[in-house]
Amino acid sequence: MPEPQTTASTDGARQSQESLLTRLVRATEVDTRMLGMMGALLLIWIVFHIFSDGRFLTPRNLWNLSVQTSSVAIMSTGMVLIIVTRHIDLSVGSILGFVAMIMGVTQTVALPDMLGSGSSYTWAITLAVGIVAGAFIGAIHGYIIAYLSVPAFIVTLGGLLVWRGAAWWVTSGQTVAPMDPTFRLMGGGPYGAIGAFWSWVVGCIACAGIVFMIALGRRNRKRFNFPLRPMWAELTLAGAGCAAVLGAVAVANSYPWPRGIVNRYATANNIAVPEGGLFIAHGIAIPVLIAVCVGIVMTFVATRTRFGRYVFAMGGNPEAAELAGINTRWVTMKIFILMGMLCAIAGAISTARLNASTNAQGTLDELLVIAAAVIGGTSLSGGIGTIVGAILGALVMQSLQSGMVLLGVDAPFQNVVVGVVLVLAVWLDGLYRRHSV
Amino acid sequence: MNNASVENQSTNVNRPEPVVRMEDCSISFGGIHAVDNASLSLCKGEVVALLGHNGAGKSTFIKLLSGAYKRDTGTIHIRGEQATINNPRDAKAYGIETIYQTLALADNVDTAANLYLGRELRTAWGTLDDVAMEARAREVMGRLNPRFQRFKEPVKALSGGQRQSVAIARAILFDAQILIMDEPTAALGPQETAQVGELIKQLKDDGISIFLISHDIDDVFDLADHVAVMKNGQMVGTAPVTDVTRDEVLGMIILGKCPPGATPGPGALRDGTVSQ
Repeated sequence: MPEPQTTASTDGARQSQESLLTRLVRATEVDTRMLGMMGALLLIWIVFHIFSDGRFLTPRNLWNLSVQTSSVAIMSTGMVLIIVTRHIDLSVGSILGFVAMIMGVTQTVALPDMLGSGSSYTWAITLAVGIVAGAFIGAIHGYIIAYLSVPAFIVTLGGLLVWRGAAWWVTSGQTVAPMDPTFRLMGGGPYGAIGAFWSWVVGCIACAGIVFMIALGRRNRKRFNFPLRPMWAELTLAGAGCAAVLGAVAVANSYPWPRGIVNRYATANNIAVPEGGLFIAHGIAIPVLIAVCVGIVMTFVATRTRFGRYVFAMGGNPEAAELAGINTRWVTMKIFILMGMLCAIAGAISTARLNASTNAQGTLDELLVIAAAVIGGTSLSGGIGTIVGAILGALVMQSLQSGMVLLGVDAPFQNVVVGVVLVLAVWLDGLYRRHSV
Repeated sequence: MNNASVENQSTNVNRPEPVVRMEDCSISFGGIHAVDNASLSLCKGEVVALLGHNGAGKSTFIKLLSGAYKRDTGTIHIRGEQATINNPRDAKAYGIETIYQTLALADNVDTAANLYLGRELRTAWGTLDDVAMEARAREVMGRLNPRFQRFKEPVKALSGGQRQSVAIARAILFDAQILIMDEPTAALGPQETAQVGELIKQLKDDGISIFLISHDIDDVFDLADHVAVMKNGQMVGTAPVTDVTRDEVLGMIILGKCPPGATPGPGALRDGTVSQ
């Protein structure tokens, strides 16, 4: 069977005049906006690296950066869907705080009474309780917004106050600690990472997944004789994807455990520590793994399911979605339920990392989450946004913050920079869109 | 039962049982009677043109059938059975498809996504089968607009005519039995308008029943079997196109005057006054 036509536009003469980069972008059909964001992130990293005398792009800093980003990144994936449908959620920080408090009490008070302390199910039951609680809160918000037609801004502004107050009410303001040891693994730290071997395994699975997805897409298009990307473009995409994954694994695997923990671990396991110390790598942190999984699942939901299609159609033209027979109210409610569940997962990570549930947990997170989604290209006028973009946005925000901490920038001035960058990013994005469409 | 519907039924004697029979339908928005006791029926394979000034209530009236609005009073019979149409999903379940004047497209997604909006094809895994939807979209769009190739772009990037083609393609994609076309050629050039005219004739030959709202009286006389005229939310009258002249139809639209060849409705002018 002859190879089907390779590109949609086959104007060879014109193509040969274009630069290599333009041809690469066209043939791989990558999103130039996303490339721009990655470029901006890289630029931020390099600038911080230079100004911090080489302390930014180290395995240690990058590993910590990834762990610190995961909570906001997880919530930002849900915020994308909310903003895409022209809503907003100001309550995510408070939901996180309240659900974290519930999870704290569940594992320190309720479950030890029922199961005895140290049960191996404690972490799973706690997480499940948290997710159900988050879904329930989201359902309340979603119901009021969708079925009672109260604007999301107001409902979630109310939620911001209500759930923060509710978090206080659970323990009358007392901090709950310490957490279940297994539960704490979700927060990262030396034990909360999967180690070098399993990191390579995850990396290899991810690479296989990338190749599989590209091959599947190609086979699907062949089935209907649609134009295919040229083979070299497919290989470039697969190569770049795998290189990025394996590179990230390599970085995580070159960040060793601190000496004290290594020694304690060696003593506990009867391993002789050689001269010059034992190298035990962290590997990928569990919260980062959770965030990546959430990112993949949410991307799948947004792009490959009916629900995701409806979300975007509603954002583009709510009336058209309604006239097309979509049950827009129910879809709206589901979006907020999803958001509540994501807040619970983020809350679990933050509780595990702090090893405590506190009253103020998640305060102002809503602003970081909204900023991450918006920096990631989610349009407040609806209909436009990507999950990957929001995660990159969260990474940009966190990079700025930890970079400035490394440089010793005063805390109030850090906020000034983050605020300016937010406005700048949205302005640039608007410019880009006006020129590209 | 008031006079209008009795008269309507008497005119139905020599017509078969209509596919759609809307009787005494009304809807008000905040005290304004947008549609006031309007009745209209449509037979199989027939084109009924609905005429009237802007604001006469034509679009609102057919939206009662498409499910976009829920009527306050009145009944709708589909194929002889009383129908419950409270939302667009209900209407689609009866095989009613609508081309809205606003086109009702989701601007941020591509042609295939718009064609299948609300009825997406799925793979065995339950995921969206975008490739299959695009293939079918290419097929249908190829019939309506053979030169159209911009399947990868969001529909907001398309021209007015192309967007209209997408809206028409969506209505005929699912083997509709009853088609509502609200100004389907408003954004089209003469050549494309002629194409839509051909399409309407072809659909009619396939036994599809069509409500056509149009401003172009030539179009109406070319395509329709019956005309119905509305004014101020009321039905002025209905008539087979063969029984009325263009001037008489214009008289119905402008003055609300019902000619002898037409069956008067509640909105018809009689002896200088509107009957109630």
